[in-house]
Amino acid sequence: MAKRIDVSGLNIYYGKFLAVEDVSMSIEPRTVTALIGPSGCGKSTFIRTLNRMHEVVPGARVNGKVLLDGDDIYASDVDPVNVRATIGMVFQRPNPFPTMSIYDNVVAGLKLRRRVRKAELDGIVERSLRSANLWNEVKDRLKKPGGSLSGGQQQRLCIARAIAVEPQVLLMDEPCSALDPISTLAIEDLIGNLKERYTIVIVTHNMQQAARVSDRTGFFNLAGVGKPGRLIEVDETAKIFSNPTEKQTEAYITGRFG
Amino acid sequence: MTSLTMPQRSSSGSGLSGRKLPTWSFIAVAIAVAAIVLGLFAVTPLQGRVDYFVVLVPAYVVVQSIIAGVFEGRRSAKDRLATLMVGVAFIIAVIPLVGVLGYTIARGLKRFDVTFLTHSMRNVAEQDPNGGAYHAIVGTIEQVGIATIIAVPIGLLVAIYLVEYSRGRLGAFVSFFVDVMTGLPSIVAGLFIYALWILALHQGYSGFAGSLALVLLMLPTIVRSAEEMLKLVPSGLREASFALGVSKWRTTLRIVLPTALPGIITGVMLAIARVIGETAPLLLTVAFASSINNNPFSGAQEGLPLYVFSESSLPNETAINRAWAGALTLIIIVMLLNIVARIIARFTRARG
Repeated sequence: MAKRIDVSGLNIYYGKFLAVEDVSMSIEPRTVTALIGPSGCGKSTFIRTLNRMHEVVPGARVNGKVLLDGDDIYASDVDPVNVRATIGMVFQRPNPFPTMSIYDNVVAGLKLRRRVRKAELDGIVERSLRSANLWNEVKDRLKKPGGSLSGGQQQRLCIARAIAVEPQVLLMDEPCSALDPISTLAIEDLIGNLKERYTIVIVTHNMQQAARVSDRTGFFNLAGVGKPGRLIEVDETAKIFSNPTEKQTEAYITGRFG
Repeated sequence: MTSLTMPQRSSSGSGLSGRKLPTWSFIAVAIAVAAIVLGLFAVTPLQGRVDYFVVLVPAYVVVQSIIAGVFEGRRSAKDRLATLMVGVAFIIAVIPLVGVLGYTIARGLKRFDVTFLTHSMRNVAEQDPNGGAYHAIVGTIEQVGIATIIAVPIGLLVAIYLVEYSRGRLGAFVSFFVDVMTGLPSIVAGLFIYALWILALHQGYSGFAGSLALVLLMLPTIVRSAEEMLKLVPSGLREASFALGVSKWRTTLRIVLPTALPGIITGVMLAIARVIGETAPLLLTVAFASSINNNPFSGAQEGLPLYVFSESSLPNETAINRAWAGALTLIIIVMLLNIVARIIARFTRARG
């Protein structure tokens, strides 16, 4: 069920400001693609265009093509709601719904989108929480509020919530940056498991993390303040971290940057 | 006033410890200043209990600050001065609150009895000791209840429009008019409904006409408070919901509104508390009645503010007592509504 994404000639704007310029890359199904680069280079902006979350910000728009298995998600007859149902997202800060229990958080996407039979829900909750490596920790307190969990558990709850709706692709925008190393490890293990079924794109500031979890890595950079970010190169992770083609990439990953 | 000082410590060589006034010294200074001011009142033409406190409080603040300056240094003197002024301001703010509440309860309890709550003023003369406000309680609950039923959905929808949907001109326009309506004097709201509903449309006095006037007064309060509460909902929650493929209106209905609900309920309560005591608009739209009229859509009704207004303008002690009991009833209704709202808010609040 995993799908591929092909981006070509994508320009991303906030109002008149060109934030990211001319990105073309392919994201293979059942792989983990990491996006790295300095702050403000447009990684997060780019990942948000892959499921049309970008346009939630007033004035934000794009031109260029994003193809999901060949279908342009920015075509005029495409409903962004359907795009987001197909391409799920996990955010930097864990954001469980505060009015809902752990159980309701997991099935929120399903319940809010369509009528579901109650009998199905229990199975979906268990399956999603197991996939997110959270089941054993919360199985006895599913009716407790989602906000009662620790930060790392909340983030895994958010991942469970995202995969409960069975997306084709999972986008993760710095999912570990608010977490401690042990929670980070739990989520990295989880990413390794999830890629058997999903296409995963992850933005990270942590280069070791990119090297550990990803199959392919894209490096974004910007020429200066106020200039648009660009995709410098994208390649096999092993190649990016050992023998990158571009000088900028090498400077960034070896820490001799700027 | 309590002090926050620690007992005096012997100064060590580190320079960390300084001289501190002991707690008893504050009481001593207060007693000394009180005595001196009392002496001042004895020898000068100054007199009166209120005047005494008007002189005493600033005198104590100044003297205590100077003493602190002498013993503890400049920074500490400023600290004492600021602390004392905040404390004085707090007491000044609380006096009218406690005073109004205490006085109303004390005066109101004289006639606040079962007869008062269960009888109207039908065939009761002003000098009679019986009579009650049942008709006024019914009227107020119906008028404010109908106003709430009309104003809450409209206000909530306007707030949702302003926060979730408006872009640019129209939103700014609506927002501006909500601000203008916030400052609308209540008598103007009453006059408007009187001119439109009663004079132009020939509808006659009724509780419902009063409700319409109250709606005008409730709307801006509800819109503003609901708008603030909706703005406080983190955008991350909306994005999380969008990212699950949930449509915008369902996100608003199922994620944003429940998260903001406790605050919205508080705002509605404030709006109700604001209009439940309004007298001016009711004078023009509901008129007075001394008998029970359960139908808010036809004929003059009574309301508690009108009841208090008319009874308090009579010269008889019996009428004045009824007016105080009516005021107490009003306060109790607001209090009960607040308690109910707290309970609702507790069951719906964000958990965790």
